[in-house]
Amino acid sequence: MTSQPVRFYQVGSFAVGNRLFDKENRTVQSDPHRSNSLDSGHRACQGCGEALGARYALDAAMRATGGQLIAVNATGCLEVFSTPYPETSWRVAWLHSLFANAPAVATGVAAALKVKGMQDVRVVGQAGDGGTVDIGFGCLSGMFERNDDVLFICYDNEAYMNTGVQRSGATPPAARTATTEAVGAEPGNVFGQGKDLPRLAMAHGIDYVATATVADLHDLEAKVERAMQFHGARYLHILVPCPLGWGSAPNDTIRVARLAAESGIFPVFEAEHGEVTAVSPIRHREPVESYLSLQSRYAHLFGEHGRPDIVARIQAIADHNISTYGLLEEQAVGTGSNETSP
Amino acid sequence: MFQVRFHGRGGQGVVTAAEMLSVAAFTEGRYAQAFPSFGSERMGAPVVSYCRIDDHPIRTREPVMAPDALIIQDVTLIHQVDLFAGLSSNGYVLVNTLQRFDELGFGEFFSQFHRDRLLTCPATEFAIEQLGRPLPNAALLGGFAALTGEITLDAIDSAIRGRFSGAVGERNVAAATAAFRFASLAKEELTRA
Amino acid sequence: MLRQIEGSRAVAETVARCRPEVVCAYPISPQTHIIEAIGAMVKSGQLSPCEFINVESEFAAMSVSIGASATGARAYTATASQGLLFMIEAVYNAAGLGLPIVMTLANRAIGAPINIWNDHSDAMAVRDSGWIQLFAETNQEAVDLHIQAFQLAEELSLPVMVCMDGFILTHAVEGIDVPDQSDVDAFLPPYEPRQVLDPSDPISIGAMVGPEAFEEVRYLSHLRQLDALERIPVLAGEFTESFGRESGGLLHCYRTEDAETIVVALGSVLGTIKDAADARRAMGERVGVVGITSFRPFPHDAVRSALSRARRVVVVEKAFSVGFGGVLSTDIAMATHDDDLTIHTVVAGLGGRAITQHSLEGMLVDATNGRLERLTFLDLDHGIIERERDRMTATRRSGPSAENILRDLGTVASRIG
Repeated sequence: MTSQPVRFYQVGSFAVGNRLFDKENRTVQSDPHRSNSLDSGHRACQGCGEALGARYALDAAMRATGGQLIAVNATGCLEVFSTPYPETSWRVAWLHSLFANAPAVATGVAAALKVKGMQDVRVVGQAGDGGTVDIGFGCLSGMFERNDDVLFICYDNEAYMNTGVQRSGATPPAARTATTEAVGAEPGNVFGQGKDLPRLAMAHGIDYVATATVADLHDLEAKVERAMQFHGARYLHILVPCPLGWGSAPNDTIRVARLAAESGIFPVFEAEHGEVTAVSPIRHREPVESYLSLQSRYAHLFGEHGRPDIVARIQAIADHNISTYGLLEEQAVGTGSNETSP
Repeated sequence: MFQVRFHGRGGQGVVTAAEMLSVAAFTEGRYAQAFPSFGSERMGAPVVSYCRIDDHPIRTREPVMAPDALIIQDVTLIHQVDLFAGLSSNGYVLVNTLQRFDELGFGEFFSQFHRDRLLTCPATEFAIEQLGRPLPNAALLGGFAALTGEITLDAIDSAIRGRFSGAVGERNVAAATAAFRFASLAKEELTRA
Repeated sequence: MLRQIEGSRAVAETVARCRPEVVCAYPISPQTHIIEAIGAMVKSGQLSPCEFINVESEFAAMSVSIGASATGARAYTATASQGLLFMIEAVYNAAGLGLPIVMTLANRAIGAPINIWNDHSDAMAVRDSGWIQLFAETNQEAVDLHIQAFQLAEELSLPVMVCMDGFILTHAVEGIDVPDQSDVDAFLPPYEPRQVLDPSDPISIGAMVGPEAFEEVRYLSHLRQLDALERIPVLAGEFTESFGRESGGLLHCYRTEDAETIVVALGSVLGTIKDAADARRAMGERVGVVGITSFRPFPHDAVRSALSRARRVVVVEKAFSVGFGGVLSTDIAMATHDDDLTIHTVVAGLGGRAITQHSLEGMLVDATNGRLERLTFLDLDHGIIERERDRMTATRRSGPSAENILRDLGTVASRIG
């Protein structure tokens, strides 16, 4: 059989066109018979990155497990908008207990499945960044350390959106939130704080850690599928723009997510057994300004009273990521799809 | 009801001693209750435990306030802790030491007591001889059996074997037997005196 | 078989015979001996199939139990004191979700000041959580209540907490009959969940419920507790038939028929109270005792009937509501509805303070002679309190009260009891 290298960039948006693939290589989302784990009718805002990320991730997990999946959800936007009583958008077995305990509840589900000899049923725990890096971190770290058979997914929109956009341990520097207002000499969130959770997850020595954005569907689904090949604790950190909290246009959610990756501010990579094994290289490097200027949470950095000095500090962070992860290298480790664009 | 209070230091098996005495009484078909003084004491700190023995079910949960017998596992406690609180003049006292009871410096404190109910016993020495370690609790139970007659040596031996298996159990039994003989002789001498 | 063993050991063996499938453990005194023993049984294969999980906190222990129970596994954990408070959000959640988890609470005081000894402050802190709370008077009853607890929990789909006094029961060695496996199996059927996470029949558990239905959902929890009021005596009867001894039920009455004074209490102190009551009866005073086994649900009718002929009721409580008074007493007053009945609250045994027969008898003499106030604290050292109050009046920076009082007391190691 002859094969022809796929050209990924023919659609002009840097997205990978499904029509260019053989059927078996198309995304789960392109399948009209996909599970629709998070079904339509939920109450998320227009352009919600988290709703998108959760559906992508769980549909991929459903395909990877042949539908044998139980999801455990932390309190947060995803939980609230998906299950307004007496309705539910979930078409997977789904349990919500509390804000801080989703990793531990997932451990309990996995333990029950093990004791019942039902290890073909797999468990996904999911939370926003608050439920992951802040209030849920104790339980998450315990679940990682015990290497319980759970894939934990963080939908990171970089603040407490459910309660009205307050700062979390994942809020980036200079970002305006309701508790880090854009006032004073150092407007927005301060520099030098925050947790790098993927790195913390790797430090636990768990088998698989990856980051992804909702801008790259193929990559996100491949990572979920890869994660499902392991038994034990796994972690997937997905950047999900929040139009409400970020002050971005609902129709820019994918663009903003892509710019986060293409600017280097959000490195997209995979790690196995504590070592980075693959990075998603940047094809069209963008200055952080392209990313920041689409979001009103950074509005104080631009315009007449703009703060180019702060933009420069953010650019330095992106530059550091690019050099740390080798995001601009021609042949990044283990990436097969490094075709040049036409 | 016969109530025993054990005094010793953390690490000397004070709680185990009370437990073994209760098991011994149980094997003789009696009701027994043993419990520690529930501290979070570390090794070396003063520790108290209790054992009650009765022919009827025991309901009370209060600490042993008025003991019928005291077993002092560590002689260095005698001037530090209020060991004799609640002890009546009919009570028994067994102290783990090489010294004789009259040498312990109690003065007139025990003048109203029955002299043949006040004994010392070198339990630590018996333990070191048998076990190579200064764990006097099992030996003292042998001495207690001889001193009070509340329990048989056989029952004590069986409780020790239930707690410590194999050679360690047998050596503890040997220490208890040695202490039993020592205390029997000492008591006999006091009774004749 | 009747054996002379530690209460914790007996409870651990009994829980194992109830075949829990997921057991979570986070150590806290005085619960440790229970989970240690269960852990050993799982590790050796004696208890199988069972997943024993050493978690990173009590909050995780209850959370893992929630996940396991919602997936159809029989789940068990144990805690005490600060541990219960650390998991309290998940405690409420388990009840709200209607998950039949069984938990042993080795009752212990709550700090500050930190105190590892027994009282009932922990149980009282979660009395409104929706859990069934059963109090054991003896280690035998603790053993028997655990078997009934699994049965009750799973029948009603509600979590059950078996409360046993920390140290006083957990660390006491006494004659205890741990039922045989075959007898437990005959009494306790396998867990058949009312709701379960199942990929072949996916449901959502834990949805957000707004004002339109929240009250109804909560009321249903109340109804199920009322169902428990009916089921608890029936289960106790069935237990007696199967095991040949009386354990559990809503409450226990002791010499109450002709009693003028009835002492009401929870847990192991009832033994000492019965001894005190017998002693007062020998002096011609008509004293009876009521032990409440089912604290939640609270048996209003049974309590009213048990106390209907008494002239005065003395509630001995190992906890109190600061700034208010007795907790159990309030429930007793609600149940009796009798203005002619005098109800006294005697707070006793806080932080492990020994409750002695001597002090109880003194208190009963006072009660009989009309000298007992409505709210008293047994064996309270007023001198110590006056001294600290004086210090606080004399100087602004009087320092931490607990440390000041300890200094006044001098060395504690030399005291007995």
